[in-house]
Amino acid sequence: MIIQSIWLAIAFPLAGLLFNGLLGRRLGRGVVGIVGPGTVALAFVVGLFAGLDLLALPAQDRAIVVTLWNWISVGSFRAGMSLLADPLSVLMVLVVTGVGFLIHVYSIGYMEHEEDRLYARFFTFLNLFIVSMLILVLADNYLLMYVGWELVGVCSYLLIGFWFRRGDDPQDPVRLKDGELVPVPANLNPADSGKKAFIVNRVGDFGFALGVFLIWTTFGTLNFADVFGAAPEIASGTVTVITLLLFVGAVGKSAQLPLYVWLPDAMAGPTPVSALIHAATMVTAGVYMVARSHALYALAPTTSLVVALVGVITALYAATIALVQTDLKRVLAYSTISQLGYMFLAVGVGAYASGMFHLTTHAFFKALLFLAAGSVMHALGDVIDIRRMGGLRQKMPRTYWTFVIGALALAGFPLTSGFFSKDEILAKAFEFSPILWALGLLTALLTGFYTFRALFVAFWGSARDQELFDHAHESPGVMTWPLILLAGLALFGGILGLPQILGVDHALAGWLHPAFADLEGEGAEAIHHGLSAGLEWGLLGLSSVIALLGIGLAYWFYVANPGWPADLAVRFKSVFKLLVNKYYVDDLYDLLFVDPGKALARFCAQGIDNAAIDGIIDGGARLIVQGGAWLGRLQTGFIRHYALAMFLGVIVVVAYFFLR
Amino acid sequence: MNSMDFPLLSLLLALPVAGAILVALLPRERTELVKGVAFATCVAALVLSLPLYFNFQPGVTGFQFEEVTDWIPGLNISYHVGVDGISLFLVLLTTLLSAVAVLSSWTAITEQVKEYMALMLLMETAMLGVFVSLDLFLFYVFWEASLIPMALLIGRWGGTRRIYAAIKFFLFTMAGSALMLVATIVLYLWGGGTSDLPKLLSSQIPAWLQVWLFAAFALAFAVKVPLFPLHTWLPAAHVEAPTAGSIILAGVLLKMGAYGYLRFALPLFPDAVPLFAPWLSILALIGIVYGALVALAQEDVKSLVAYSSVAHMGFIVLGTFALTPQAVSGAVLQMVNHGLSTGGLFLLVGVLYERRHTRLLKDYGGIWVKAPIFGSFFIITALSSVGLPGMNGFVGEFTILLGTFRVNVVYAAIATFGIVLAAWYLLVAVRRLLFGPLNPANTDLSDMNAREIAVMLPLVVFFFVIGLFPNLFFQKINPAVETMTSQVTQTRAVAEMSNE
Amino acid sequence: MTAVPTSWFLLLSAILFVIGAGGVLLRRNVLIMLMSVEMMMNAVNLTFIALSRHLSSLTGQIFVFMVMAVAAVEVAVGLAILIELNRLRATTDVDDVSSLKG
Repeated sequence: MIIQSIWLAIAFPLAGLLFNGLLGRRLGRGVVGIVGPGTVALAFVVGLFAGLDLLALPAQDRAIVVTLWNWISVGSFRAGMSLLADPLSVLMVLVVTGVGFLIHVYSIGYMEHEEDRLYARFFTFLNLFIVSMLILVLADNYLLMYVGWELVGVCSYLLIGFWFRRGDDPQDPVRLKDGELVPVPANLNPADSGKKAFIVNRVGDFGFALGVFLIWTTFGTLNFADVFGAAPEIASGTVTVITLLLFVGAVGKSAQLPLYVWLPDAMAGPTPVSALIHAATMVTAGVYMVARSHALYALAPTTSLVVALVGVITALYAATIALVQTDLKRVLAYSTISQLGYMFLAVGVGAYASGMFHLTTHAFFKALLFLAAGSVMHALGDVIDIRRMGGLRQKMPRTYWTFVIGALALAGFPLTSGFFSKDEILAKAFEFSPILWALGLLTALLTGFYTFRALFVAFWGSARDQELFDHAHESPGVMTWPLILLAGLALFGGILGLPQILGVDHALAGWLHPAFADLEGEGAEAIHHGLSAGLEWGLLGLSSVIALLGIGLAYWFYVANPGWPADLAVRFKSVFKLLVNKYYVDDLYDLLFVDPGKALARFCAQGIDNAAIDGIIDGGARLIVQGGAWLGRLQTGFIRHYALAMFLGVIVVVAYFFLR
Repeated sequence: MNSMDFPLLSLLLALPVAGAILVALLPRERTELVKGVAFATCVAALVLSLPLYFNFQPGVTGFQFEEVTDWIPGLNISYHVGVDGISLFLVLLTTLLSAVAVLSSWTAITEQVKEYMALMLLMETAMLGVFVSLDLFLFYVFWEASLIPMALLIGRWGGTRRIYAAIKFFLFTMAGSALMLVATIVLYLWGGGTSDLPKLLSSQIPAWLQVWLFAAFALAFAVKVPLFPLHTWLPAAHVEAPTAGSIILAGVLLKMGAYGYLRFALPLFPDAVPLFAPWLSILALIGIVYGALVALAQEDVKSLVAYSSVAHMGFIVLGTFALTPQAVSGAVLQMVNHGLSTGGLFLLVGVLYERRHTRLLKDYGGIWVKAPIFGSFFIITALSSVGLPGMNGFVGEFTILLGTFRVNVVYAAIATFGIVLAAWYLLVAVRRLLFGPLNPANTDLSDMNAREIAVMLPLVVFFFVIGLFPNLFFQKINPAVETMTSQVTQTRAVAEMSNE
Repeated sequence: MTAVPTSWFLLLSAILFVIGAGGVLLRRNVLIMLMSVEMMMNAVNLTFIALSRHLSSLTGQIFVFMVMAVAAVEVAVGLAILIELNRLRATTDVDDVSSLKG
């Protein structure tokens, strides 16, 4: 059975990474472009067969542990390099490698203007990311998960900063494109954004690491199966602390309040990176982690409530910021934060399968939206300000139509994939607390509005920048085909999880059921939530209306009455200003953490190290030197003084012996 | 099979000295020959040290490859050497880094090459001696002997403020080791006229005396580590030292301090440990946070890396005094890791300095474009230093923190926060060196040549070997550590019981 | 013939020693200072010999040989320094040579 060799899913991209990293530059971009996506495709195939193998097993045996080697053993501490293949991890493998493969293929076209060296480097990093993400999802213990957790952070860092030369000087034209110099967008500084992403993530990882330590001291093991098995016997306070600490890591990685600040800036990276890492896969790691640790979270209702609250507040918060962004990728970035909030809402209210469902559909439609946005940027020479676009739907029909599908799915348009997954979460939230549901519904309204605002401004109407418009062209097939495939998934992905009231099985919940079997009423049966069929139909209908309302409002504001938004912005100037400045959170963090940190660093370096410590030490040395100089005056240099001293000394000694 | 009959350690100690003598006898003008002989000696020592790893028996407690000969029979002082799991990898690290250091100074040193190489070789013997000595006086001799070549290396081949740095380095270390000598003599007199470590370990020293002796030893080691606030000699010495000097200084010399705690201070004076451990742990924690903050404010790459050493060594001391098997084993491994990572960083800074004769961050920027191999090496090494999983630093830091968490949650939390800061300052360095637009001053910068790559490559290989297969190391480290920690904690428990 | 009493020798020796010491302390010419030092040493020698005879012990006489050898060496070194000094500074006055003062 191939599932015993699930490590192959990691080994293929790893081989591709080594190959491209060491030889890619010499072998040329043709080979790189085959090896990079090809190895990811192989990993996908491995995942597919592993999934089939799992299906062949009886449901209670669908968790295969493959131990590669004993990694660390010190005293009573043991951690293995061992992988866990169960429905949950295999689902993630398929999402990561499937979407990853399409994005790899897309990158062949998107990165075509890069130098050979950078082209090879890009695919090396991309493969490294796939490897890291697969380690994260396939890990069978918290330590290995932490390894993947950190590694994806590094990949994110390297890839955000991929165009590291840009940005310090907005006037500095650095990117050669078709022989002409292209100015850098002034608001992006890839190197600093990458650094920020890594450091903010590390703040989250700080919590995650402490959580891992606490798990080990509590359970004596980091192994998932052992920890979950022993969890019910542990004091609930400890479990609450553990889960809260782990959730701090998830907040960092999945860009939730208050650690979301890195994700919008991460848009400085190349667009395929934004699609793969900052929308489809890496940022969902936190959701996966909570779902994986559901045995712990289910025992910690306090933490679950925190998770749900953070999720829903983040969802609403990010959606409000997305309303006023003018940078196409940033609109999508805030929508990603918002959608991740939905996922946390789901896992917070105990609907783990629903969270995973939304994770999957979100991977489809958000990757699609980013890639379509990338296609626009590619056509316009890296312009991403929607105010300079307009009327692009004639120029780029494929990009336009795929973007429309992605936008519909994101907005929750009925029968698209996003509609089903979002509705499922809202229904679960309603069951838990109507307040959470109401907040989620409000977010859904905003989502429809901001998504279609971006769409209408960018693609409809007439050209705002004629020069750019003339330059625009449809992207090559290597870029549009992944778009089309993803559009198909975004449109029809909903069949993975049709609501029970339609009289069909929830395929994804059924698939995940063995992984969540330890939770009563979870999994396939879970969709029979306690709501009556009528209420459920009502909720479904209400979501549809809300989504359509959001889209309609966007149409009303930006197509029917294009003057309104500006009027509104003037009328509600303070609100508008608050939103445009992202609630001043970045400035607040600078004020609270970054600047004091730097000031403290300077104070330590100059005030303490140079002035205080070295002052004392050098002062002591100077004191000794001066004392020496003072005593040195006794040395007159006149021999007779020395001789006199000797005689006096002799006299003293003799006198001592006589008078004793 | 333990080679009792084959004096491996003595040969290892003698080889660099022989090389130094040979180098001294060579004609001054033949610099290539001088370098060749010195490098060959280092490689020979490296090869000679390999059997130590392969023939080391993990299951055996106590010392291996032991050799005992009378040295000063009248005073009952013997030449007693041997290794255990704690010192084994430090010996190997020394032979590896010595070869790396010699190779790295191939073109950097142009004046008095002969003297330089001879001193490097003498340095190697002294350092090896520190790690294999099992007699207190022998240890002291090697400890002091290692001081002289390094002070000369800094004072003669260093930068502009080299004399200041060399004297500062010398005085700090001397101040500490003078107290250690006094304590050694007291211990010798009290312990029944022997300075042999295994014998002293079984002798009964009254608790009040242990406190004083521990204080004296701890101070000497704290200077060497260095612990806050005794660290200010380190940045000065690093900034002024030639590249090879920095590699040896950070890679091996600092380890002598941490090693001293593990080998002497803790097992000899277990009763004093509960009194001092919290204070030393707190100093280590201050070092972790403070070193990171000061590193953040540095403009000079070399002093940035130097302060990062203060922070990293803080982790090692913290782990040492946590006294759990995980933390101590992690500390031992982290000594090796820090030697490799920081050695690598200094090496890379040296590569830049040799080309541009400046170490200020503001003189660089965007050079990954001009020097892609250098850039890749720098990022890999920086990430290893930050403690990225899959590489060496992670395993060490993780086990240290895990072991510390067991005994003190607050310490572990503060230290874990130090990792966040580590990411901050090293990424700032990467950002300002490699990223951003290319600084026009660096347009002619050349990438690393074959020799420089050959120097870096073994280090990078070890980053991953240790990161992925740490058990190759832990299986040899663990038994010695477990013996040591259980001795210290048991004696402590007995003492506490008798107090009640 | 009665022998000269030992005390006379000791007295003479003391007088010689004081003259020598006074010379070292008061004179500034290096040559004369050297000669004064020689005189002090010979005063000591005289003491040795006198006491050697008084105690019928040869040790004192052997010591005198030792002192004479040292004195010869000292004169050789001293004169060498003196000549160098004269060559370098064109002086034999000790007060002109005080660069070693603190």
